[in-house]
Amino acid sequence: MTTLLRETLDHSSIYMPTPARIVAVEQFTELEKWFHLELPSGFTIAHQPGQFVEVSVLGIGEAPISICSSPARSNGAFELCVRRVGKLTEALHRLEPGSMIGVRGPFGHGFPIDRFQGKDIVFVAGGLGLAPLRSLITEVLDERGKYGRVALLYGARTPNDFLFPADLKAWAERGDIECHVTVDRPTDGWDGHVGVITTLLPKIDFPARNTIATVVGPPVMYKFVLQDLLAKGIAEGNIWLSFERQMKCGVGKCGHCQMHHIYTCQTGPVLSYAEVKDLEEALS
Amino acid sequence: MRILPKHLLNAWVERLRIDHRVVAPRESHGQYIFDEITSADELVLDYHSSVLPPKKYFLPPREDLFTFNAKTMEMSPVIEEIEPTVIMALHTCDLHAIQLLDRIQGTGHVDQHYQARRRKTALVSIECMQPCMDQAFCKSLGTLSVPEQFDVHLTDLGDRYAVDVGSDAGEALIRGMGFFWKPSDTDYDRFNEVMAGKWPNFDYRLDCDVTDLPNLLGASHDSTLWDEIGERCLSCGQCTKVCPTCYCFDVVDEIDLKLEKGKRVRVWDSCLLEKFAVVAGGHDFRNSRANRLRHRFMRKGKYQLEAYGLLGCVGCGRCALSCPAHITPIATLNTLNERRQASPGESA
Repeated sequence: MTTLLRETLDHSSIYMPTPARIVAVEQFTELEKWFHLELPSGFTIAHQPGQFVEVSVLGIGEAPISICSSPARSNGAFELCVRRVGKLTEALHRLEPGSMIGVRGPFGHGFPIDRFQGKDIVFVAGGLGLAPLRSLITEVLDERGKYGRVALLYGARTPNDFLFPADLKAWAERGDIECHVTVDRPTDGWDGHVGVITTLLPKIDFPARNTIATVVGPPVMYKFVLQDLLAKGIAEGNIWLSFERQMKCGVGKCGHCQMHHIYTCQTGPVLSYAEVKDLEEALS
Repeated sequence: MRILPKHLLNAWVERLRIDHRVVAPRESHGQYIFDEITSADELVLDYHSSVLPPKKYFLPPREDLFTFNAKTMEMSPVIEEIEPTVIMALHTCDLHAIQLLDRIQGTGHVDQHYQARRRKTALVSIECMQPCMDQAFCKSLGTLSVPEQFDVHLTDLGDRYAVDVGSDAGEALIRGMGFFWKPSDTDYDRFNEVMAGKWPNFDYRLDCDVTDLPNLLGASHDSTLWDEIGERCLSCGQCTKVCPTCYCFDVVDEIDLKLEKGKRVRVWDSCLLEKFAVVAGGHDFRNSRANRLRHRFMRKGKYQLEAYGLLGCVGCGRCALSCPAHITPIATLNTLNERRQASPGESA
């Protein structure tokens, strides 16, 4: 088996993608679709949870998208959860099963999961942030014995905006992962929690020591979640965030994703709070 | 060291033109540009700065990355195989810039498009004896002497050039040509005399030491100066176009009317332009001219050094010359320094 990264690097241009086939598509919400993809035979995606691929629709362009499937289960297949927000993602949303796209990567650094063993883990996901975290959550749950207590805090705008409904249901039923969800705005019939994601934090009573927090969500969420996690006493080096930036090349050359001296596409997208706290631009 | 008598320079250049494309500064509309020369007579060695730096020979303003057929998913990389090229008469600031570009394009995932051109290009630099223009501040940034990157380096000794060879590629440009002489003791004496005499011709224009630049910029993140010059900045991106170390690019697809055959192209981009740091969904991580200008200055004086071990500015002065709002690195850095000294410990 050849990894997709090996194949990407072996191309005589680092910018040329490898074809992948869409095998199934599922509409999650009005804006979000779930794509099941297959690499050519003999290839494996071999990603770390939190890494991304550059996705091409030839003739339209390319954009970085987090892989939302588990590395261990992936083999030649992988999954992406894509919000329709721009030219590339609109084109992607129009594609049917059987269509071909291009992929390069996976690039950058994901969550350092080896360092999470024996620790309690809190996943904090806002909106589409659940996509990269699902890769990590699935990996953790598949090897559940390696970790201490595990909890998911997930916030969506409305009850109609929840992603991965089947996973949410399955996780809630497992009993070995504490799941708390919230919505900003309830709809008729919603009897769950209402409020921004930070209102879920008091529901978990892990000791702060030895706890890992992984946070992925819209930029506006980070400041508030960080405040509360730090106030809870979670160590700066144990808080892991994924940074969204415009990563046009994925290989540290185009300059768009630079924050301070860091190319987010290479050093990130996952970085610890300890690494970024002095970078004024990272969290502003 | 070897010696090239001045009257043999043109003969050497003509000899090089037999099996190389020779690129050199030449006059165009009262300014100087790097361009292919068709005769050694076009070569100008005592030029002031060129409009565009030589980076255009490694990172063209626009280049194809690969071609594709969107229907069949066939793709084919476009790695331009250039003919062997010699770039003549580079100032040392531009050579320092190429050193930085080499490091960036060769670090991590290597950019093969850059490498293919760079591999086929030999660099002949020339020692600067006088400031080339008012805006230059090479001495302040330590780029007034030749870095390791050169292949052949020329120093003007009056009626002859002292010739240093920095690489095998450089050796290949002069070996067996018959134009180069062994230096005499007098040549060495003359060389030292000329070199020692050149430094006082240049002013040290930065008010702090160059090694203090990262500290100065680090302490100036919240300076009000960014807003002040941000007010004047037109976000035109001119400074990045003429910058010898700027390499950021945008990527666009072009496709025929049948939506079948196309190519992916990269074009120069600029962190000064609006939307450079906007992500899908609309969040702009540098949403003001002040923020974008600050990013550019931080990048040149701090971030690139931290990431690659080399300053991102070589003091060529092209951005100062071309800025329609007269924003200059020297005035900006010296003002930051002044304000830091006025209120030590606080953000300037």
